[in-house]
Amino acid sequence: MSNKNLEIIIATDCGSTTTKAILIEKKGDIYRQTFRGEAPTTVEAPFEDVTKGVLNSITEVEELSGRRILDGERIITPNNGNTGADIYVSTSSAGGGLQMMVAGAVKAMTGESAQRCALGAGAIVMDVLASNDGRADHEKIERIRQLRPDMMLLSGGTDGGTITHVVELAQFLKAADPKPRLGASYKLPVIYAGNNKAHAQIKEILGDRTALIITENLRPALERENLMPARHKIHDIFLEHVMQQAPGYPRLMKMVGAPIMPTPAAVGTMTEKFAKANNFNVLAVDIGGATTDVFSVFSGVFNRTVSANLGMSYSISNVMAEAGLANILRWLPFDVEEQDLRNRLKNKMIRPTTIPQTVEDLQIEHAVAREALRLAFDQHKALAVGLKGVQQERSISDAFDQTSSGQSLINVMKLDYVIGSGGILAHSPRRTQSMMMMIDAYQPEGVTRMAVDSIFMMPHLGVLAQVSEKAALDVFYNDCLVRLGTCLAPKGLGKDGQLILEWEVKTPDGKKLAGELRFGDIVHLPMDAPKARLTARPSKGFDMGAGPGNSFEADIEGGVVGLVLDGRGRPFNISKEPVRRLGDLGKWYKAMGMYPV
Amino acid sequence: MAHAYTPGLKVMPCTMLRKKRLLPIPGKVISLMEQKVEALDIVAQTELPGKVFSVNVANRLAVSPEEIEEFMLKREGDAVKKGETIAENKPMIKWFKTVIESPVDGTVESVSALTGQVLLREPPRQLPIKAYVKGKVVEVTPGFGVTIESEGTFIQGIFGIGGETNGEIVMAVASPDEDLTPENIKDTHKGKIVVGGKHASLAAIKRAIELGVNAIVVGGIHDRDLRQLLGYDIGVAVTGTEQLGVTVIVTEGFGAIPMAEYTFKLLASRNGEKASVSGATQIRAGVMRPEIIVPGFPKNVTECKKDQGRGWIEPGDPIRIIREPHFGVIGTVKALPPELTVIGSESRARVLEVELAGGEVIVVPRANIEVLEK
Repeated sequence: MSNKNLEIIIATDCGSTTTKAILIEKKGDIYRQTFRGEAPTTVEAPFEDVTKGVLNSITEVEELSGRRILDGERIITPNNGNTGADIYVSTSSAGGGLQMMVAGAVKAMTGESAQRCALGAGAIVMDVLASNDGRADHEKIERIRQLRPDMMLLSGGTDGGTITHVVELAQFLKAADPKPRLGASYKLPVIYAGNNKAHAQIKEILGDRTALIITENLRPALERENLMPARHKIHDIFLEHVMQQAPGYPRLMKMVGAPIMPTPAAVGTMTEKFAKANNFNVLAVDIGGATTDVFSVFSGVFNRTVSANLGMSYSISNVMAEAGLANILRWLPFDVEEQDLRNRLKNKMIRPTTIPQTVEDLQIEHAVAREALRLAFDQHKALAVGLKGVQQERSISDAFDQTSSGQSLINVMKLDYVIGSGGILAHSPRRTQSMMMMIDAYQPEGVTRMAVDSIFMMPHLGVLAQVSEKAALDVFYNDCLVRLGTCLAPKGLGKDGQLILEWEVKTPDGKKLAGELRFGDIVHLPMDAPKARLTARPSKGFDMGAGPGNSFEADIEGGVVGLVLDGRGRPFNISKEPVRRLGDLGKWYKAMGMYPV
Repeated sequence: MAHAYTPGLKVMPCTMLRKKRLLPIPGKVISLMEQKVEALDIVAQTELPGKVFSVNVANRLAVSPEEIEEFMLKREGDAVKKGETIAENKPMIKWFKTVIESPVDGTVESVSALTGQVLLREPPRQLPIKAYVKGKVVEVTPGFGVTIESEGTFIQGIFGIGGETNGEIVMAVASPDEDLTPENIKDTHKGKIVVGGKHASLAAIKRAIELGVNAIVVGGIHDRDLRQLLGYDIGVAVTGTEQLGVTVIVTEGFGAIPMAEYTFKLLASRNGEKASVSGATQIRAGVMRPEIIVPGFPKNVTECKKDQGRGWIEPGDPIRIIREPHFGVIGTVKALPPELTVIGSESRARVLEVELAGGEVIVVPRANIEVLEK
């Protein structure tokens, strides 16, 4: 079908618990999301057929919109008047998503490349095996046998290099005789994307025991990563093997007009499209009950990580374990006993669907969310790096600036846009709370625009972008993003009360706003204009993006929160002295109108 | 009549339940269809393949991988004993002789002329699956195991640690709001399921381990004690494999929370009888809660409830509040207003009105209550 004929689109995202459907309609030249419906996902017993939940969610859209989309269990295509849709697309993370195990010869090189490859394809990486991962051989074999992934990605060695390590990994794999998670009678799909010189040996070792697929090396040379061929193979196998084993998916695959994508892969696609269309560096996060996904596009390079055990309900206790109680307590503007906080978080873990009823309880969840976001971001920064093991040419001028290979690509000063999604960010009672949680967790520097995806529409739009980028971007700008506003944060440290920034904002309708920012303060300025021009004059030693002390001009956007001038300095450290800390938090939260007084 | 769907833990004097007892990998099913089994009977068994160990023969003998075949004394498939020579070189001078011994008992799995590695596999390990509950085999899954049907008292806890165990129920305290202290745990409790009231301290749990108690069932524990006991923080509620020497089942939650009176009385009504308990908890999609199963009827019950509860609440139903600021409070549903209501946190949520014992009525989000099943 040509994109010109796309007027009515129905899209679903089959999550672990809920299947969400949205209807997109072309109004004039613009695509808009008009109705949505949701229903429980029906992958597990007693239904064991994902299409039931899909049909239920679409039925809800039918009821709300008055449009007849279903003819029994079939989607009516193409659209005709008030009947049918031109295309149906879907993503899926039901049944635990795509679970993979990856292996590479050297952990920091091919191991890391393989991990990036699988994560970018939307997988959950259960473990990374490497010849030098510090585990004894029998432990590696035991681990392969214990985990039952959906598929495995085996890499190792550059093209034409030594084959010993990758062949050894293949032998361990054979000895472990791994079984896939779904469909006990099927062979485990193994994608080989390593040294091309080892193809024959790999075939000999794994050809009988596994469903072996050989593709191009994902690290053909130390200084080059080639992740796309293996990523495409992961998607093919996801559709051909994994999806075929999941209850009802063969039927769902017949219903869709474009290939089903794993939910995180679709979110990644949408993040990339948005970044590319605006030439932005973008950070997107989805914080759920069990996991936190982080996506970034910096200088055109896309990365995704998933922090499997950082989340707000099932994994809330793990956030406490990883961050430490002190780091959670530091965000609370009141005292709480350690035992009380521990018990409260554990009680949320064992009863994950409960919600905070009091402001105090809400603040505790917000404190945990900051730490979950921060830790997931740290993990992301550690993986979103340049290639390690690459020789760098240095001139004399570089001699005093010794940077190693594998530097993080994430630079918060160059970050243009942050998009948050997931219950705690999307459904906070006050939007200022969402914005401050992201500011505190990411500590953006300079000028950073922020938004939330209030109903988590990015998966639907990512899969739709395969068919129509325009439709996906139209809906993304107009209906998906809830613009919060812009954070202005001078980088540098000073003394409390010191003038650190003079600023001026001009809106397109000629309105002018101006003021000062002093160190240690937060200034909140409501502004909903979608576009404005900022002139920032930082004081000596403070940087807004043009270097310390240099004036800086930038386009900014307002939103439901407006402008947040963050004068707490960067790097921002909360006082360890309790009275001072409580005073500071009280002052900042009051300035932002964060919580009811 | 207004009603709302709500989760709840099962606390049933008598119900019919089915337990699937399956092997993780195929093996042999021992029990037959319709066979009556006791909790400790083995119903299926399999062999877990042994661990694999690698020996880098090429490195150790300082030869290239393709040469190792000629130095091997054992071939693929050969049985080896720990300490037995599997490869050796043949130097001109005896002093330079290198002998490679097998690090384990087992068989030679593979000899690689590419990597120079020899893989040795330990003998398989027997993995039996017990019936766990007394009952009757009602389904046989060939190669994997059986489904057992049992009729009895069924109580779910909210959280547990430790695996499956069995024993006689013994009430160690007189009321559900009494703490389980170390002094409550006696020598005679060895091998039994000890029921406490409000709270079990670290000292009490340690005392139970010391005396060989099989399981503790109690209203609440402190998270800090759990951390001390395990030596680590439980990050995600996936438990059941802890090897503490005791299984702990918490019926209400973390903190000092009196056990629900109904649960306590029900357990007391089965005092002295044999129970099967499991601490295994998984709070993810496909939730699994710890459980106590006592085969047979309590004395005052004559008929087994076949249904699994209606799954929703109506005015008049007893409920428990499961979140601050009223955590642990028990009351009765008074009304279920349909509209979204702004709660203290300023969120808009579906709520219910709860009447407390003293007649006071409070408003609570529907997400924050649990139905008390009877």
